[in-house]
Order: sequence, then structure tokens, then C-alpha cells
Amino acid sequence: MSDSNSHIEHAHDADHAAMPKRTIWKVFFYLLAITCLEFFIALVLVYNGPLEKGPLVNFTYVVLTLLKAYYIVAYFMHLKFEKMGFIVSTLIGFVLIVYFIILLLTEGSYLHIHLNHVFG
Amino acid sequence: MSTTVSQLDQVKSGPWNGGRSPFAIEYGKVMMWFFLVSDAFTFSAFLVYYGAQRFSQITWPNPDDVFQSIPGVADAGYPLVFVGIMTFILIMSSVTMVLAVEAGHRNAKKEVVGWMIATIVGGLMFLGCQALEWTHLNHEGYWWGSIPAHYEGIDKLGAQQFANLFFTITGFHGFQVTTGVIINIIILCMTLSNVFEKRGTYLMVEKVGLYWHFVDLVWVFVFTFFYLV
Repeated sequence: MSDSNSHIEHAHDADHAAMPKRTIWKVFFYLLAITCLEFFIALVLVYNGPLEKGPLVNFTYVVLTLLKAYYIVAYFMHLKFEKMGFIVSTLIGFVLIVYFIILLLTEGSYLHIHLNHVFG
Repeated sequence: MSTTVSQLDQVKSGPWNGGRSPFAIEYGKVMMWFFLVSDAFTFSAFLVYYGAQRFSQITWPNPDDVFQSIPGVADAGYPLVFVGIMTFILIMSSVTMVLAVEAGHRNAKKEVVGWMIATIVGGLMFLGCQALEWTHLNHEGYWWGSIPAHYEGIDKLGAQQFANLFFTITGFHGFQVTTGVIINIIILCMTLSNVFEKRGTYLMVEKVGLYWHFVDLVWVFVFTFFYLV
């Protein structure tokens, strides 16, 4: 038992060299920069500036959010350096989440139009 | 020719032929990943429902009006500043966690201890900020099932959904941060009592690290959809 365990641990160590400190700090500064960009859009361009809250601004926020999520999952959680089979088996389920998002936002829009007649 | 082993008798050595982890990841770490996938589904469900509600309501409270105080400093006029501090604390504590994992790879016990303490402090600071934020909103009149009196008519519907979902979703996130801090403290104690030193590997720090990064990951989405959009 302990033998097979040490075998696995060994394989693990061979496959995953620790992430160098430089990469960690680089990713940190990317995350910080993206967050600052979000604040810049929210405070300077929208709150005190000319832009209106709307689909374009929201789309930008979502793209920046997904970028941040990518950096956290890929580097901090080390998923980028795992085997392809593992990456696929972890992420494949989120196809359904994307479908779920489209489904429920469509439903929400439908209610928005039709409840307007009831309450508005 | 006679020395050639027939195809069937050859020892199979592919990754899926047994005897080793096909993903080259230790069992506990795979299970932590699969737990986090299920956890991600939970939070996705919350946020998708939030999106559906927000799309369907005729009005929705403007986050710049709701979140514009810095508890203890200013009551109004500073949207996003306080949540900015919270976001920074959480990203920072995520970095200290990766640094603890990195130190664990080098079996450097002292550094693991230092970075774990930094991570725990970051987690506690975040929880403190969230407690202040909740208290502030509660004083304004927001809670599950209650909203401030200044909402009138049709505005009440959206505001009520906003209040319920805000406390539910940040509550679940805060619960995950709380458990994360507790687990981090347990791991810190185990590091201090040389458990991993004797085991020869700091893999446990890595698994807890995954759990902790997930907290940061969820916050990235909560931050966008509650505070920015």
C-alpha cells in the first residue's frame, strides 16, 4: 500500500515542478491590473464619465471576469499544467452551465416583457 | 524470432492500464477537484438565478447607490471603494496561498508556516470586511425579506429580490471563506507539528490551496455581477 502510494507521489512530483515565484507574482500583477481596469471603467468612465451602463460595458466586464477566472484556475490552481484528460474531465460539465445561462436569461427576458403588462 | 513476446503477453504500460494514477494526480487532489466542480455548479446555479431575476424585473437597485459607503470612514459617495479593498485582500491571500504551496514543494517548513499565517490573516480580514458590509446594509434596512422604506411601488419587487439574493449568495461565499480559514488553521497546526515533514510531502497544503483559490474564483464572479454590472 505504502509502496503504491509513494509511486503515485513520485509520478506527481515528476510531472509538477513547482511554479516559480516569478510566475506567481506575474499572475498576481495581471489579476491586479485587470481589477484596476474594471475599477477604471466603473468609476472613471461610467460613474463620473460619459459612458452609460449597458450591454457594451457589461460585456467588457464579463470578458475581464472570465480572463481573471482563467488566470486563477490555470495558474493558481495549476490546472493548465495537468494532463489534458484531467482538464477536459474537469471543465466539460460547464458546457451545460453555459446552456443553463442562455436558457434562464431568455426566460428572464420573456418574463420582463410579459410581466410589464401585468404590473406596469 | 522465438524470443519475441506475443502481443497478448506483453506487459501493458499505458496510463490507463492500472497500477498508477492515469492523471498523474494523487487521489485526494482529484477528489478535491471534483468537489470544487460540484461547488462551482452550486454557485453557478445561484448566479444564473440572480441573472434570470435581474433580467425579468422591471427595475433593479443601482449598485452604485446601494454600495457607496466605507464603514467607519464615509457614509456615502464612494461606490466600489470598500469592495475594492475586499477584492484586493482576497487576491492577496490567494497569492500567499500559492506561495505556501510553492514553499511546500521545496519542503521549506518555515516558509510554509509564514505564508499560511498570511493567508489566514487575509481570510479573517476579508470576513471582517464582509461583516462590516452586512451590518451597514442591515442598518439601512436590507435583510432577507426586508428592504428600506424608500422603495415604492414597482421598485419594491426588484429591491426585494436583490436583497434576498445578495445575502444568500455572499452568505454562501462567506461560509466557504469561513470553512476555508478553519481548514487553513488545521493545516497550519499540522505543519507546525511536523506531520507533513514526517510524511515527506506537503501535498495537503496543495489540496487546501485549491479550496482556498476557489473562494477567490467565486468572488471574482460575485464582484462583477453584484457590484459592477
